[in-house]
Amino acid sequence: MKHDPIQLPEGDAREHLVVIGNGMAGCRAVEELLARDPARYRITIVGAEPLVNYNRIMLSPVLAGEKTFDDIVINGTGWYADNAITLMSGDPVVAIDRAAHTVTSRSGRTLAYDRLLIATGSDPFIIPVPGKDLPGVISFRDMNDVETMLAAAGRGGSAVVIGGGLLGLEAAHGLSLRGMKVTVLHIMPTLMERQLDEAAGWLLKTALEARGQTILTGADTAAIVGDGKVEAVHLKDGTVIPADLVVMAVGIRPSVALARAAGIDVGRGIRVDDHMVTSDPAILAVGECVEHDGQVYGLVAPLWDMCRSLADALVGAPSGYKPSATSTKLKVAGLDVFSAGDFSGGDGAEDIVLRDASRGIYKRVVVKGDRIVGAVLYGDTADGNWYFDLLKKGTDVADIRDALIFGQAFASGGGQADPKAAVAALSDDAEICGCNGVTKGKVLACIDGGAGSLDAVRAGCKASASCGSCTGIVESLLALRLGDAVEAGPKTMCKCTSFGHDDVRREIVAQDMRSIPEVMQKLHWSTPDGCSSCRPALNYYLLCALPGVYKDDQQSRFVNERMHANIQKDGTYSVVPRMWGGLTNPRELRAIADVVEKFDAPMVKVTGGQRLDIFGIKKEDLPAVWADLNAAGMVSGHAYGKSLRTVKTCVGSEWCRFGTQDSTGLGVKIERATWGSWMPHKFKIAVSGCPRNCAEATIKDFGIVCVDSGYELHVGGNGGIKVRATDLLCKVATEEEAMDMCAAFIQLYREEARYLERTAPWIERVGLAHIQSRLLPDAGVRAEYARRFRFSQQFMQDDPWAARVAGADREQHAPMARFQPAGAMA
Amino acid sequence: MTPDFLAGEWLDIGWVDEIPLRGSRTVQVEGGDDIAVFRTGEDKVFALLDRCPHKHGRLSQGIVHGGAVACPLHNWRISLSTGEALGEDRGCTPTVPVRISGGRVLLCRAGTLKAAA
Ligand code: SRM
Ligand SMILES: Cc1cc2nc3c(=O)[nH]c(=O)nc-3n(C[C@H](O)[C@H](O)[C@H](O)COP(=O)(O)OP(=O)(O)OC[C@H]3O[C@@H](n4cnc5c(N)ncnc54)[C@H](O)[C@@H]3O)c2cc1C
Ligand code: SF4
Ligand code: FES
Repeated sequence: MKHDPIQLPEGDAREHLVVIGNGMAGCRAVEELLARDPARYRITIVGAEPLVNYNRIMLSPVLAGEKTFDDIVINGTGWYADNAITLMSGDPVVAIDRAAHTVTSRSGRTLAYDRLLIATGSDPFIIPVPGKDLPGVISFRDMNDVETMLAAAGRGGSAVVIGGGLLGLEAAHGLSLRGMKVTVLHIMPTLMERQLDEAAGWLLKTALEARGQTILTGADTAAIVGDGKVEAVHLKDGTVIPADLVVMAVGIRPSVALARAAGIDVGRGIRVDDHMVTSDPAILAVGECVEHDGQVYGLVAPLWDMCRSLADALVGAPSGYKPSATSTKLKVAGLDVFSAGDFSGGDGAEDIVLRDASRGIYKRVVVKGDRIVGAVLYGDTADGNWYFDLLKKGTDVADIRDALIFGQAFASGGGQADPKAAVAALSDDAEICGCNGVTKGKVLACIDGGAGSLDAVRAGCKASASCGSCTGIVESLLALRLGDAVEAGPKTMCKCTSFGHDDVRREIVAQDMRSIPEVMQKLHWSTPDGCSSCRPALNYYLLCALPGVYKDDQQSRFVNERMHANIQKDGTYSVVPRMWGGLTNPRELRAIADVVEKFDAPMVKVTGGQRLDIFGIKKEDLPAVWADLNAAGMVSGHAYGKSLRTVKTCVGSEWCRFGTQDSTGLGVKIERATWGSWMPHKFKIAVSGCPRNCAEATIKDFGIVCVDSGYELHVGGNGGIKVRATDLLCKVATEEEAMDMCAAFIQLYREEARYLERTAPWIERVGLAHIQSRLLPDAGVRAEYARRFRFSQQFMQDDPWAARVAGADREQHAPMARFQPAGAMA
Repeated sequence: MTPDFLAGEWLDIGWVDEIPLRGSRTVQVEGGDDIAVFRTGEDKVFALLDRCPHKHGRLSQGIVHGGAVACPLHNWRISLSTGEALGEDRGCTPTVPVRISGGRVLLCRAGTLKAAA
């Protein structure tokens, strides 16, 4: 490397181009320039790194041991010499003097320029947590970082990578291959959420976990701790993860300090025009450090386009930079992930989705007005470039649309293939259903044997019963064999799937599915992230199947359950605190009265459920209202939830001259035992002290009517549009038996009813005899239901209001910003 | 940093990450209606007046799926990109142009004023 550049050959009158930054964009810009006019400028490159120009992208394979530094050098010393470029490496520029047209380096050298090119790239973003400066906390940006990681890996131990984006995952992969125990912390719910949709993000997470990495999503780092060097990472939820090395890969920020200090116009990056010229006409900028038309970049493809426009302008043939779509690939061996363009649906956009659960493949192409606008591929990325090419060229894909998702070979080969003809042409021993190994012959035999609907085929020979990816083919076979005589099956959950509620629930348990994206992938959802019908249902089914394990998805909840209050037609909310069994006391009443006054609630009313409802509370005020009610010992009444609502009671034996048992006391006990539980629909309970039934127990989901000899237990009643009186389930002698039966019944309902099916229609569908056969003959089975209910209640009975008051989901209650049109924003 | 919103056309309202995925936040406009800012599952951001064309439901409180939001009051589906009601329903709510710059969400000032007026 040369180090004595300032001696100018006498009489060299060419303009002097000084480049700050010996990285990918800076050197590529010089290459482009040399290709156009090798003699036009005298060139000096000043670089902070003590190295020649190398391929930064390939640092990941170097870390993973697939390449060496020598393999990734783009331009070695020979290139600088051959092109008479002076390289000052390992000596960053510290100041630009625009008036004098000079730059000064850290070692004190001053260079005069005619044109200056700033190509300083980006700085890794360091999250401002305590401990960020401890030795052992590094970023992943240059060769120096890689060397630090290799040294740490040589000592073994644990590494924590903060950031589950492209960079973080590549670092994690390399460190894991080098033998470290790796944990990835990602603050968002899905990995690489910028590039991948939820479905692909989930597949990726599963694959990385299978390789032994620990992936924590929704993980918010609180502090990095250690005595003299890093020892552990603490999360905000209290988790502590031991770490000998912490790699922060949470993002990058354009490196603009130098330009800003020189008074050049800087926004998020150094602002440039279409020819990469900054606010100072003698100074250009290129690469990740620039902002063009409001955009900053973090991938090389657009930088190469910038370099071309820059070189065109420098030789007097300006062409102008136009941003174009970008595509991304993850460089982790054996994991094929590709994304390109805009894969958000939006108007007129249609998704073509292919999911092959058994091969772990997910493909999604987004088409708008007969043109591809985006693509996400997981597991099989062979066609990524083809889609990207069609996208960039804006090719009309109307003709190949039906076959598009199967890839280039299929679409351009037998493009006009009719799916029915294709199915007809299959041989009898062709396998139709990979999950259950069912051939075409078997499916046809099943149809000929009387199966006239998709559902009957599923029941008869199992074809399409597991993941559903062959549903289309089975339907074609039905149509082929039966023509118009195909019967419609039972209703599917929604238009996103070919499965009904019961099938989905059964498969969630059978295949031990753990998240909404997993269900959507394994059961071949036809939409990328479901709809407002299936999301809440899936969220409930998972919550019910995995008590204490499944993490509730707030965005899959209807507003009332998300806000823990009832939305009113004017957008305000009503708040109903729990009043156990309809009982209250001066302290609670006072707290409610105070809230009404303090928050100017326009109305407070006694509900039909024996408690008080405060109306007209603003979204922003909810946490404060709850805090006041909590302080008086009250918790959420779940008046908004598909959950236990109220337990109505009557006066009972304690006061009433007809009362046979302590209905009030039993009601309170039952409410204490059942509150907080999520259910398929709302659930109401009542306890009446005698057959006069003042608590209206016989129109409740579970009703108790006390009699001299014990307790009559009634189920499946409701008021509402279609009133249904309860059926008598059984009679028991003691309070304890009544409570056990209540718990068992609720759990049976939770496990078997469809989402949004109240007990009344459920019992009409399955029959009282079915319920009795589950709960009555075998005390062991009954106890098991009750045990499962009580187990899940352990995780359900924390007051959601208290959690919000303590700051959970704070953003749900506060506006993101306020805008005062007259002046600046607050 | 010179905030973009002072420069005039664009109002800088915060980081993209402050809006939950498949969720929404609001921007209060003094003397006008709120603006609802949505972030889809694919990480695209859109802004609409926070008012359903049906009976003025707060769209910011709905369930976001694909490129649409389901209104919390009567479940109309509203396109996030055009503000049009989808399916059988008819109606349209004003949209506000949004730009993302380096992870920041920028709302078009003129659009915001027009929509909220
Ligand atoms: C507040 C209250 C009326 C009142 O002021 O008394 C009420 C208010 C609403 N009821 Fe009710 N119901 C209320 C007691 C009842 C009762 C009486 C009872 O529980 O003993 C019934 C008949 C019993 C029953 O449920 O079977 C009742 C039957 C319904 C129904 C019909 C249910 C059915 O299965 O057919 C609906 C509609 C629904 O849930 O789909 C409904 C729905 C509603 C909703 C949630 C409508 C909505 O979706 O916005 C109302 C919410 C208003 C709000 O924002 O607070 N409400 N509702 C009562 C709250 C009780 C509580 O303390 O939590
Ligand atoms: C591990 C890793 C993997 C990646 N993988 C991919 C990928 O798969 N695909 C993709 O498209 N992109 C990938 N990227 C991003 C890609 O490397 C960058 O987009 C690209 O390097 C940016 O080029 P640049 O010239 O703007 O910045 P850089 O390549 O960073 O070059 C800037 C140079 O300027 C130097 N410098 C800074 N300040 C000064 C100063 N004051 N004086 C002198 N020199 C200075 C820096 O030291 C640096 O050498 C990856 C990046 C990393 C770190
Ligand atoms: S009866 Fe109708 S109007 Fe009255 S609270 Fe119930 S749902 Fe609302
Ligand atoms: S107000 Fe939005 S659907 Fe009725």
